[in-house]
Amino acid sequence: MRVDKIMVKKKIGEGEKKLKMGWFSFSCCEDSTIVFTELLNDHFEEWNRIFEFQHVRILRSKNKLEGLDVAFVEGAIASKADEKKLLEIRKNCKKLVAIGSCAVTGGPAAQRNDFSKELQKEIEPLIKKFRMHKKVYRLDELVRVDYKVPGCPMSEEKFFEVIEKLKEDFGVG
Amino acid sequence: MKTVDISIQNISKVEGHADLDVKVVNGKVEKVKLALTDNKRFFTEAIRGQTIDSLPQAVARICGTCSIAHTMCCIEAIERALGVKVSEQAMALKKLTMYGMMIRDHALHVYLFSLPDVFGKDSVLDFVGEEAQYLKDSFVVKRAGNNLSTVVAGRAVHAPYPVVGGFMETPKDKDLKALIPELKEARERMMKVLGVYAKAKVDYVRETNFVALSGPEFNFLGDYILTSDGKKIPEENYFEHLDKVVIPYSQAVGYEFEDDTYMLGALARLNLNKDKLHKNTKKDCARYLKMFPSNNIFLNNLAQAIEIVHSIDHSIEIIQGWKFKSEAPPKLEYKDCEGVGVIEAPRGLLYYKLALKKDGTIKEGRIITPTQQNQINMELDIKKLVQAEIDKRTGEGSGVGVERDSGSGGSVKGKGELGGGNYSGVGSKKGLGGEDFGGGGKSGLGELGVKDKEEIQYEMEKLIRSYDPCISCATHFLKVNWDEK
Repeated sequence: MRVDKIMVKKKIGEGEKKLKMGWFSFSCCEDSTIVFTELLNDHFEEWNRIFEFQHVRILRSKNKLEGLDVAFVEGAIASKADEKKLLEIRKNCKKLVAIGSCAVTGGPAAQRNDFSKELQKEIEPLIKKFRMHKKVYRLDELVRVDYKVPGCPMSEEKFFEVIEKLKEDFGVG
Repeated sequence: MKTVDISIQNISKVEGHADLDVKVVNGKVEKVKLALTDNKRFFTEAIRGQTIDSLPQAVARICGTCSIAHTMCCIEAIERALGVKVSEQAMALKKLTMYGMMIRDHALHVYLFSLPDVFGKDSVLDFVGEEAQYLKDSFVVKRAGNNLSTVVAGRAVHAPYPVVGGFMETPKDKDLKALIPELKEARERMMKVLGVYAKAKVDYVRETNFVALSGPEFNFLGDYILTSDGKKIPEENYFEHLDKVVIPYSQAVGYEFEDDTYMLGALARLNLNKDKLHKNTKKDCARYLKMFPSNNIFLNNLAQAIEIVHSIDHSIEIIQGWKFKSEAPPKLEYKDCEGVGVIEAPRGLLYYKLALKKDGTIKEGRIITPTQQNQINMELDIKKLVQAEIDKRTGEGSGVGVERDSGSGGSVKGKGELGGGNYSGVGSKKGLGGEDFGGGGKSGLGELGVKDKEEIQYEMEKLIRSYDPCISCATHFLKVNWDEK
């Protein structure tokens, strides 16, 4: 592991590339995406030195999934289609960060998991119609999660802490 | 030309997720299906049994970017149900809360989502030279809105201070006054982008009915509903004018207004209320305001930009004119009752009807969001635009008459139950297929060249972005089990 880290550090440290980041969202209200776009107001210059915004759908159309260093993933997983996408993201990134309450704990997007039997029955036709999972999953129930930024919306302090850890992991900045 | 299909999956630079399928047969656009694909989160079910106190915060989680709109509309519905008297000071703070949201939310759309389309760039991050200034400007404007929300409402996302009847905290005078220089700075930056949007006018019109809140003042809280075909409707009667339309391929239900499609949002608001804008806005935006009323959806971007200027002007006036004093929200007396709240969210009319119980909990509720209501109108606009683009390229006449019936992808209308499992074979999208994730989309337009296809797809995306759709909002799920009298 130590060798890997040093190799990564050397490569990025030479300025050959920035940390290739992706920002993804699943079932949630995208509040942390909004907090992220607001944090850019004051941190864009700094983060633009560290990150290459390779897959950020809210900022660009031409996005590339392959070869990400870090994927920030917001939201819970409510359908097979979303689960496949999440697995695809995990396959294509070195570190995965769960962003916000829905990704970290499932809720509130997972509120239907706790519905009464009666209410579950009521929504069943829609669950079937849209091929949703019977229950909503938090990310670490389905993939390995390297870091978590809890909060609804995500805690800004925690997010900064994770960025520092990532910088250290990849030897950037 | 044979049958060809164009699909765009996972449209970028919008809030939430949407797919678009267009079917063209012999050069005629036959079907447009705009599917809002965010998974339903069943909020309308989840709110049943919640406490009245916690509801304004719970519904904020329907949408990150317009969480304040949900909180404020929910509060209004509860206030009306319980007959709570709102003080003049609380009304002034409510307006500031709405303005903070509008400035930040509109700026996100005006600069980060739609401005790249004006400059023919993929992203605001690709702006170079003089254009690069607009990225900096976006930060200045968003920050001003964000800070206004933070001082008045506690936070820009899921604001903690607004409660039924007032605010948990009263903003300090020095904190409010400190906002004025940055609001003025944001206003200056806005004046530049107004000119950019006015010059970038896209030549496109389609008649539709515009619907917006109105009142003596342009403040997004409104008193009654106006329509461009001349109707004036009390807020509590709004639902009676709507028809629910089940759109089988979309996670969101659509709506028609009196059997016809309609458009909500900044364009509708300016079309119906531009004479009520702040006097400073009217003065400095006079040349742009001449472009309204308009049937050109692309002017929604300019309308949002003008609304930012108005929100700044009125905020400064309120901050300068008020000395806010500590004021505790009124004590609530619960009873079995119902109330309707209607406010202007950034993307248009947001409707809450809540039934409360005397034990302090929610019996049930209905929430109708603007993007749901704009869904059908968006499909019709896409249809017309694509037809015109195809005709332009194949030299055909302009067969651009848009019929509602052939324009939709097979929606089902009715006021009754949500057509849950009645539509088989709808299914979800293909999942993760190559370009799905790349956001590039795929198309196959027979005789049209690759460049044509790319251009048409880009024009469609631009159009959808002009609406500034909010798909988190639209797919919160609607429960329609209400006895309407």
